Amino acid sequence: MNAAFPLMGNAAASGKTAASKITVESSSSPAPENATLRMKVSSLNFYYGRVHALHNISLDIAANRVTALIGPSGCGKSTLLRTLNRMHETVRHTHLDGEIALDGENILTLDVTQLRRRVGMVFQRPNPFPKSIYDNVAYGLRINGHSGRLDDAVEKSLRRAAVWDEVKDKLHKPATALSGGQQQRLCIARALAVDPEVLLLDEPCSALDPVNTAKIEELLFELKSTCTQVIVTHNMQQAARVSDSTAFVLNGELIEFATTAHLFTTPSDPRTEAYITGRFG
Amino acid sequence: MNAKLIWRKSLNVFMLSLTGLCALLTVSALFVVLGFLIYHGGKDLSWNFFTRLPVPVGETGGGMANAMLGSLKLVFLAALFGVPIGVLGGVYLAEFGGNTVPFLIRYTADLLNGAPSIVIGIFAYTVVVIRFHFSTLAGGFALGVMVIPTVMRNTESFLRDVPRSLREGSFALGANRWKMVATVVVPAARQGILTGVLLALARVAGETAPLLFTAFGNAFWSPGWSQPTAALPLVIYTYALGPYEEWHELAWAGGLVLLAMVLLTNIVVRGFLSRGAQVERS
Repeated sequence: MNAAFPLMGNAAASGKTAASKITVESSSSPAPENATLRMKVSSLNFYYGRVHALHNISLDIAANRVTALIGPSGCGKSTLLRTLNRMHETVRHTHLDGEIALDGENILTLDVTQLRRRVGMVFQRPNPFPKSIYDNVAYGLRINGHSGRLDDAVEKSLRRAAVWDEVKDKLHKPATALSGGQQQRLCIARALAVDPEVLLLDEPCSALDPVNTAKIEELLFELKSTCTQVIVTHNMQQAARVSDSTAFVLNGELIEFATTAHLFTTPSDPRTEAYITGRFG
Repeated sequence: MNAKLIWRKSLNVFMLSLTGLCALLTVSALFVVLGFLIYHGGKDLSWNFFTRLPVPVGETGGGMANAMLGSLKLVFLAALFGVPIGVLGGVYLAEFGGNTVPFLIRYTADLLNGAPSIVIGIFAYTVVVIRFHFSTLAGGFALGVMVIPTVMRNTESFLRDVPRSLREGSFALGANRWKMVATVVVPAARQGILTGVLLALARVAGETAPLLFTAFGNAFWSPGWSQPTAALPLVIYTYALGPYEEWHELAWAGGLVLLAMVLLTNIVVRGFLSRGAQVERS
């Protein structure tokens, strides 16, 4: 347990550094001024059958930044996240209108395999395949046509996901035998193996304890230099710690989108203020 | 303690004992059968029994080697024909179907599963035997038809048990549906699918009725695949109904061998599968 507190301190400290940096470089515009645009959501409407789940959402996702989506359960934040790599298409009877662009290209016209290779995803619960650690990380490369030895790529991804030291001696053991926190970092390594430009994280820490949560948060901070991240979280402290800008979603509508420092200190919408001060949700 | 509580407690004890007793009866049925087989058939088991052909009544030293080999060939054919169709059909039902077509297939499979095996025999007779003749192939076909619905429904249900999160993990890395099924879902359900295949094969290994007018039976070796062949259940059936005491004893011994073959395959394959089982744990 002793080890827990220094770690958490680290993550909290790195989170604060990030937040204070943003405050300096921008004031009210959601995307920090010097950031390039990675993804752009314009007038997005989304339907589950006849249920109108997302209403006219527009959102700019800055490159090499962490964008957080917060809001109460069922508000549509996960749905919004899943449209960004078209994971919604795996659920029947859904459709969307509006436009989502990745580096200026409409993702609806891209080949879905290519899109998901460029926009990776990590899920709420760790979901390693019932295969070896090595095969989990190599999976994305193999289904994309790589064959043969992938040792270097596997090691690189596991290192990027800060789990290499813990698994390097048991690469061919089943991934399901790892602890929950290790499994989640393995899933991040698996997503990183195909070198995505954007990483979507759907409440990646909700099934983990504080120590592992801190490890993952630290990891997200380190990944910023190579990867744009969008994270859905229930936990407002987490959003404040890890993200550069935050979008507040309520009943399928985007209520407010601002830099994290701005949104959490001086929200401009009374509903945002009510939510972040804990009056509902 | 009031009367109501005493009543509840005694009812609880009564029901618990009743279920325990029924469980015990079920298991003991297997042991009684096994005991009977060993008692009556055990003494006839000898090297000759496994290596020799049957001999005419009155002579000693005959065996059932041709029937054992025949049974193995029939089950092999049933697996060759029934397992791929059953497994792929199960994959279709679980992963690719819409609503109407899978409903019809499932319903038909359940009907076929419940069809009396003698009817399957008549079907195979009509389709294969009338056009060609009694043969190992015809018997294998009949058994294969019986294997398909069991394997299909079993495969479907194990595939459905694979958590959605694994499918999503695969999709999120850019897999299409077919790759997702082939590389994640089927391997994850492998153990259940194989167990179902084994149970289905074990069941048809003991079927007599579908073989009566397909494999037909044979007192000699059956070279190749296109001649009538002996099979353990057929020999047991003939010998058990025969008028001679030696035949009855041989029938018991045949039954023992059949049961041992099924049990042994089951145990070996289960042991083999459980070695990879920790991978399935989640």
